[in-house]
Amino acid sequence: MIEVRGLSKRFGQAQVLSDISAVFQKGRVNQVIGKSGSGKSVLAKCIVGLHQPEEGEVLYDGRSFHRLGKEDKRAVRQEIGMLFQGGALFDSLNVMENVMFPLRMFGTTSAAAMRERAELCLHRVSIAPDKHRLFPSEISGGMQKRVGIARAIAMEPKYLLCDEPNSGLDPQTSIVIDELIKEITEEYGITTIVITHDMNSVMETGEHIIFIHNGTKWWEGGREDLLHSDNQELNEFVFAGNLMRQVKRAKG
Amino acid sequence: MQAPTATNGSGCATASGASYARMGRAYFRRAPSHPVRLIFHIGHYMIFLRDAFARPERFGIFWRRMLDEVDLLGVHSLGIVSVLSGFMGAVIALQTASNMVSPFIPDSLVGFATRQSSIMEFSPTIISLILAGKVAGTIAAEIGTMRVKEQIDALDIMGVNSAGYLVLPKVVAALLIFPFLIIVSMFLSVFGGYLIVAATGIISPASYVEGIRVDFDPFSVTYALIKTEVFAFIITTVGGYHGYITRGGTREVGISSTTGVVWSIVAIIISNFVITKLML
Repeated sequence: MIEVRGLSKRFGQAQVLSDISAVFQKGRVNQVIGKSGSGKSVLAKCIVGLHQPEEGEVLYDGRSFHRLGKEDKRAVRQEIGMLFQGGALFDSLNVMENVMFPLRMFGTTSAAAMRERAELCLHRVSIAPDKHRLFPSEISGGMQKRVGIARAIAMEPKYLLCDEPNSGLDPQTSIVIDELIKEITEEYGITTIVITHDMNSVMETGEHIIFIHNGTKWWEGGREDLLHSDNQELNEFVFAGNLMRQVKRAKG
Repeated sequence: MQAPTATNGSGCATASGASYARMGRAYFRRAPSHPVRLIFHIGHYMIFLRDAFARPERFGIFWRRMLDEVDLLGVHSLGIVSVLSGFMGAVIALQTASNMVSPFIPDSLVGFATRQSSIMEFSPTIISLILAGKVAGTIAAEIGTMRVKEQIDALDIMGVNSAGYLVLPKVVAALLIFPFLIIVSMFLSVFGGYLIVAATGIISPASYVEGIRVDFDPFSVTYALIKTEVFAFIITTVGGYHGYITRGGTREVGISSTTGVVWSIVAIIISNFVITKLML
């Protein structure tokens, strides 16, 4: 479980996050939604420790991340898997080497066991063996995201953060990625946080949804609650598209 | 103005480092003076060096990366170093010979001047300036691209000390391979002088050889190699620092690459003066 308590973040004079508190439960897909520039990605970066918040704390199963010592922080980081918006695969390493990277860096098993684990992770995200030796520039965006997921789960993380996993993907591939994240979350009992503004993704996999508006937590609830909410800002965001308006009308 | 979020040894953003960087950004938006910016960057460069010289997580990985860098930074520079050194020696020999108008100056001075100039200044300094353009630019662009593509964030989140992982193998590789490049350059520069003397007949090749053998002090090579080691350190760390603090997109990567080269050259020229004053 990841808990965020009273998190505030400022860049210069701009207050990007104000007093955000939330609990992200284990074994389900928690989604953070909001317009571009609302502070979603900054929240994710505060959660993983890439940004230092001015106020508040982030607790990983009760461990306050920003108060931990250097070695404890490192130990927590090794329990976190992160899928970046652009995949963030290392250009100089091929698909297999990318997935093996965290294993080689921190793994304690033999080289053969590491390779076996990497092959298992790649198989789990449906990357065929003939693609293992290709470099990131030689594979599609969707495949890069899947390799990114395989790398994120290689160390059997307890926490998975996905920053806009569907950006730049076609709807069909987006669904594949969403389902993969959901399956992996349930299968491994991971605490997953997905940062997204893709409403299809929210309706497909969102179990616990937090709506961020102008850097504050504006709304929190489940998928069904989202359709029946009378929160004006949330409705403006969620029902901006015709399809979602039709869904709302159909649901009465 | 780019300002980094400082990291500790584990690559974690530190509270003091992050707020320092934030204060720095706010301050430098208002601060017009370049000397103050320079002090700010020197401070961040020191923090960066502390992270870069932390103990590697895995020596096996460090070793493999270091060998790759020896190939990339050193072996791949051998061609350009060889060509430039040959021509450099030829020009020194031609200019010295063409400026000797007094019959009291022996012809062997051409060889002597070519040897001394090549070993003490042209090979270590001029070749290092050329390597600054090639190597510091490559390092800044590579690390800067990794920064804007979030690959460095990925390393930090995994718990890898990104500064150490990316920069330390390059620094060690350069410290190992640059002296070899400079020794090759010294030899080819003196040889280039010999070839031009033999080809043009401006003096006799025997006089040239006599000149390069006269009054040789091995300390001049020691002095040149010490300079080379300092320059290798500057080129890799200054290039790495400018890549590491890149923020933004492809335009900023270009700016970082240029800035890395320019500051490497400035630092080489200043340190050349300091070392020369201290050692000679």
